[in-house]
Amino acid sequence: MSAYVLLEDGTRFDGEACGAPGHAVGEVVFTTGMSGYQECMTDPSFHAQLITFTAPMVGNYGVSARAMESDRIHARGAIMREAVNAEDAPSAERGWLDWLLDCGVPGITGVDTRALVRHIREAGAMLGGVFPAAVAEDEALAQIAAEPPMAGRDLVREVTVSEPQVVHGDGSGPRLVALDTGIKHSIVRNFVARGVTLELLPCTTPADELLARDADGLFLVPGPGDPATLGYLVDTIREAIGRMPVFGICLGHQLLSQAVGLETFKLPFGHRGGNHPVKDLRTGRIAITAQNHGFAVRGEAGQRLQSDFGEAELTHVNLYDGTIEGLRLLDVPAGCVQYHPEAGPGPHDSVGLFDEFIREIQGAAPRAA
Amino acid sequence: MPHRDDLQKILVLGSGPIVIGQAAEFDYSGAQACKVLLEDGYEVVLVNSNPATIMTDPEFATATYVEPLLPDVVAQVIELERPDALLPTLGGQTALNLAKTLWEDGTLDRYDVELIGASYDAICRAEDRELFDATMRAAGLRTARNMIVTSLGEAHAAAGELGLPLIVRPAFTLGGRGGGIARSEQELDLIVEQGLAASPIGQVLIDESVLGWGEFELEVMRDGADNVVVVCSIENVDPMGVHTGDSVTVAPQMSLTDRQYQLLRDQAIAVIRAVGVETGGSNVQFAVNPATDEIVVIEMNPRVSRSSALASKATGFPIAKIAARLAVGYRLDEIPNDITRRTPASFEPTLDYVVVKWPRFAFEKFPGVDARLSTHMKSVGEVMAIGRTFKQAFVKAMRSRELDAPALFAGDLLERLETPSADRFDVLLEAFRRGAGEAEAHARTQIDPWFLRELRELAQAPDAVETGVRTYRAVDTCAAEFAAETPYFYSAWERPPAAHEVLRGERPSVMILGSGPNRIGQGIEFDYCCVHAAMTVRESGRDAVMVNCNPETVSTDYDTSDRLYFEPLTLEDVLAIVAVEQPEGVIVQFGGQTPLKLAAGLEAAGVPLLGTSPEAIDLAEDRGRFGAVLERLGLKAPPYALARGAEAALAAAADVGFPLLVRPSYVLGGRAMELVYSSAALADYLERTRASGSSVIFLDRFLENAIEVDVDAICDGEDVWIGGIMQHVEEAGIHSGDSACVLPPHSLGAQMLQEIRTAATAIALELGVVGLMNVQFGVLGEALYVIEANPRASRTVPFVSKATGLPLAKIACRVMLGERLADMDLPEDPCGEHISVKEAVLPFDRFAGADALLGPEMRSTGEVMGIAADFPTAFAKAQAAAGVQLPQAGTVFLTVTDTDKAAIGAVAAQLHDLGFAIAATGGTAGAIARMGIPVERLNKLGEGSPHVVDKIEGGDVVLVINTPTGTAARTDGYEIRRAAIARAIPCITTIAGGMAAARAIAAARQGGPAVRSLQEIHRASGATEAVGT
Repeated sequence: MSAYVLLEDGTRFDGEACGAPGHAVGEVVFTTGMSGYQECMTDPSFHAQLITFTAPMVGNYGVSARAMESDRIHARGAIMREAVNAEDAPSAERGWLDWLLDCGVPGITGVDTRALVRHIREAGAMLGGVFPAAVAEDEALAQIAAEPPMAGRDLVREVTVSEPQVVHGDGSGPRLVALDTGIKHSIVRNFVARGVTLELLPCTTPADELLARDADGLFLVPGPGDPATLGYLVDTIREAIGRMPVFGICLGHQLLSQAVGLETFKLPFGHRGGNHPVKDLRTGRIAITAQNHGFAVRGEAGQRLQSDFGEAELTHVNLYDGTIEGLRLLDVPAGCVQYHPEAGPGPHDSVGLFDEFIREIQGAAPRAA
Repeated sequence: MPHRDDLQKILVLGSGPIVIGQAAEFDYSGAQACKVLLEDGYEVVLVNSNPATIMTDPEFATATYVEPLLPDVVAQVIELERPDALLPTLGGQTALNLAKTLWEDGTLDRYDVELIGASYDAICRAEDRELFDATMRAAGLRTARNMIVTSLGEAHAAAGELGLPLIVRPAFTLGGRGGGIARSEQELDLIVEQGLAASPIGQVLIDESVLGWGEFELEVMRDGADNVVVVCSIENVDPMGVHTGDSVTVAPQMSLTDRQYQLLRDQAIAVIRAVGVETGGSNVQFAVNPATDEIVVIEMNPRVSRSSALASKATGFPIAKIAARLAVGYRLDEIPNDITRRTPASFEPTLDYVVVKWPRFAFEKFPGVDARLSTHMKSVGEVMAIGRTFKQAFVKAMRSRELDAPALFAGDLLERLETPSADRFDVLLEAFRRGAGEAEAHARTQIDPWFLRELRELAQAPDAVETGVRTYRAVDTCAAEFAAETPYFYSAWERPPAAHEVLRGERPSVMILGSGPNRIGQGIEFDYCCVHAAMTVRESGRDAVMVNCNPETVSTDYDTSDRLYFEPLTLEDVLAIVAVEQPEGVIVQFGGQTPLKLAAGLEAAGVPLLGTSPEAIDLAEDRGRFGAVLERLGLKAPPYALARGAEAALAAAADVGFPLLVRPSYVLGGRAMELVYSSAALADYLERTRASGSSVIFLDRFLENAIEVDVDAICDGEDVWIGGIMQHVEEAGIHSGDSACVLPPHSLGAQMLQEIRTAATAIALELGVVGLMNVQFGVLGEALYVIEANPRASRTVPFVSKATGLPLAKIACRVMLGERLADMDLPEDPCGEHISVKEAVLPFDRFAGADALLGPEMRSTGEVMGIAADFPTAFAKAQAAAGVQLPQAGTVFLTVTDTDKAAIGAVAAQLHDLGFAIAATGGTAGAIARMGIPVERLNKLGEGSPHVVDKIEGGDVVLVINTPTGTAARTDGYEIRRAAIARAIPCITTIAGGMAAARAIAAARQGGPAVRSLQEIHRASGATEAVGT
């Protein structure tokens, strides 16, 4: 059945419907990762977005429980050049398209994704949707217009846990607390593998409740939406800094950066994929990183600044576009990175950051990030 | 600048002649490396024996030594040039092995030469199987359980331990030479023996079998600051058991989950760190059991490789160029990504297309060889295709192969699939067309279900693949995340409306059609000419547009042209590019038969062709019309006839007279060409070749014992310039591509040379050639015969260019673009004082069962060149470069046909005078004895043991001179040659070759040949001032 992608500026790309029937509306973004479609779809950071996969073939190895990054699909739809179901792949528990259908998520295949990416690259990420051919374009445009823009949108409330949840490691590691803004299973697995007990709190948990947990460290979670809308989280975090070691990833990096007085801004089309080089300016070492963010922290790489918590340094830089990829507080134990050391999907180059955080908590040098 | 300034002069080693397992990819990588090192201000000293390479063009190095890649020769170069460093990672296994030897024998230490790119220890850790295993174990990685053996007895013990089947791999050989899969005790014995003989250190690794597992390769790069990137993943569609060079492969990997892929990536990075390759690229091969997630590291190459060339073309990430930069101290983030220009090289390319590589085989050239695919590489070339989907890339790759004959579908197809063969995917597709299921195909092939489903869909709906509109898309390393500056394109079928990404610009363009996959008869020589054409077009102020599908080559480096289209060379594909490019003209005469075959179709479609017109090409290729041309010019040609069908051929043969050269029309490299001496032999030939399907047969009188001469000339329509006259060492009847040749001719008189010049000039003008022409002559006594004329670049153009210092292809291209020869001030006789010898390199040692016989059918894969002040020394150098180490003492075995018995005496006498013992059988022994030369008479095979083959196998013979008695297989001669090849004993099959060898041995006694750079040789002959190209 024919279907099409329509962007809010009226640009249209035709294809064939796949996955669940119906339409989907959201921010249309692209990821350049060549594998990990299931991880992307279930990553809460893709909440309210339609993912354009630049990989030529998507679905090759089906889907399986161990590739879930959360308990459900968060992306609104999948836009692909060529989708395959691959229910018979050696490690598949279900076909990719069967699974989209089960989950009620529409997909579209046969799309000239390269042309779509080139358009987004020039015009910026924008709202759009996937529609069956039967839906008229003006009707589709109206649906897109009804969707709020990504900038200015608080989406973490839609993905956070409703009640506190504790994930137990073997108890050999520290006890961490996290304000859940969209946790990924890969992060949980990394902590659990290191013996950590992790308590996830709803993102609206007030500071006093958080501090009452008396945890060994605070982990700042990735998540969707515009970080500039999350002043309430920034305030909570400010209460914790200096009282316990803090480590943040992605949205967590943007929140910690705001906590030291920096601003965030929307990137033209974001960073999504598994091949971005990030340089740690303190060591000169480059990591190939997993990235998934539409907003970034404003600043100069290598810059040092005074904050309410002492001196801070912008430690990491993205070598593609020079944007900030890491922050470190020099007088209190706190640091963060914009990219995803947990991968899921993507390269494992930076997985050692979890160990550094734990060592920092345990009082051993060197410090995290 | 961040690069090292403590180095001034860097020695780069090439890979020598094209052989199976080591092909044009090392010219691509070496040329890139030389270029960037020169750009960075280093002096580059290059040693490579292969004249048909771009890297040996004088402008690619400060000093270029076309000399044998042997330790003593390279040591001489080192002594003369005193380089600060040696970069051994760009010239394949040859360069790596050489560097290792030069380190071990103390040469590098003696002259204070630093190994850069890979240290001696790293080379050992990667190449020595035992050390590699230990290194992997220490890094926590799993290798196949294996045992290292140095004898048959140890191999049997290993088989008891690990169980059959087993993979046998000799240490330090390229392309898995001498290895294989042993499924039985007998096979084990055979393969281990071969492997022990093939390994320079007499070491063979016996691996537990991971047959049927998925095979993956990752291309890894590391800089001096320990930053590591994985440039490309490659998945073999053929599972473990077929050599990766013979496998159909796909990039990026298709079937692994992200988790599985990231584990491979982690391991690849761990491998390069553990082996300790400080800077540069490495290739790591894995076997993966997708059902259990088990990963086994198979091997790593601490250097650029065939796969890294493929990965570079597949991703747009120039691995060799960056490896060279890293070796001199740059870090990955200090090198810009050529394609985006704005982002650094410290990243991993991402692909929004699929790349399929397909090997090209030449089994039809070697009747009797084992054509089953195994761990021992047998393909002679490859094609690569880029498509927007797997199916698009796959069908494009199939089309790019340019098969001479379609695959045949006799027999039980599924059963045929159990044994991997060159046509296995054609057979698989046919089986699917006939309704076979994926499960049964999987049971027979172990190919991953993902590929089988794609292929079944393709078989059932082939027309659904290339639908929509054909658009040209850029290879940009980043899936369009950033704008690409470098125009490297492939065709993609997309749903309309879809736009091209080609920014054509305003400048006129000239399109150069490449030569497609390397195969026997059409090799790197033609790519060399195409690259020169591109350079010349660019210098003329026009945009050079290259079309080719061979990933090994310099022509498909995006740096070579202004726009590169990585596309098949079919009429339809080329016309589609013409429609986008609207070129001022298309050049078809540099890429061999592949583009030439398209000339008529292009002309019919109204495409302007530059140079010689299709009409003139036809005039030269049509035997009747060409005969009339020669008649008008008063030139002699051997009698010939053209017959349709067997009966007519037999009748015509009587008129032409025996001996006869017979062949079907339109052949490449003398395919299916044979020499017959009688009606009975002709009848047999006709019977055997009926299957090849061509109905027209050429019969040419063979000029027995004639001297063959090759001429490369350039004509602009008014003037003709003779670029080079070459005399073949072997007499007429040996394919010119397999014959050694000498420039200038060593035994033709001035009058004959003048006659040859006059004849070539007349032919070029009469045909109306504009550009290059090659003429083959036969000189019989005082008579000159024209054998054939080809109005296109010939295989000898690079050799002549290297010998004379005058770039023939560039001069021809200037003529085709409208310049006049008269304005170029070309020297009339550009030979200089030195003698150049070209020698062919034959792949017999890779094909168990092949007859090592030279004949009218071309069988060589590559060539080498020897340059010296005299013919014997140049010939000896060429032999050494070709891997034929002429002996200095021992027993020479001679056996020749009756017609050669008169001549063999002189050869035997010379060898005897040089101190060799002479042995011979039967009549040959008699003929030699009659000359008064002591000779040991050996038994023929039929005369009982110990016979001649026992002697050869026993290592009692150091040189074999055997002229063939006919083409019948399994003669004594065949067994003798086979035994000689198996023991790597030089085997000469012509009297002329024997004489040259004897003279060369004598010359070697006068002290080792001196090395001299091309630049110096050309300066001495004044060639460099002659042409400002």
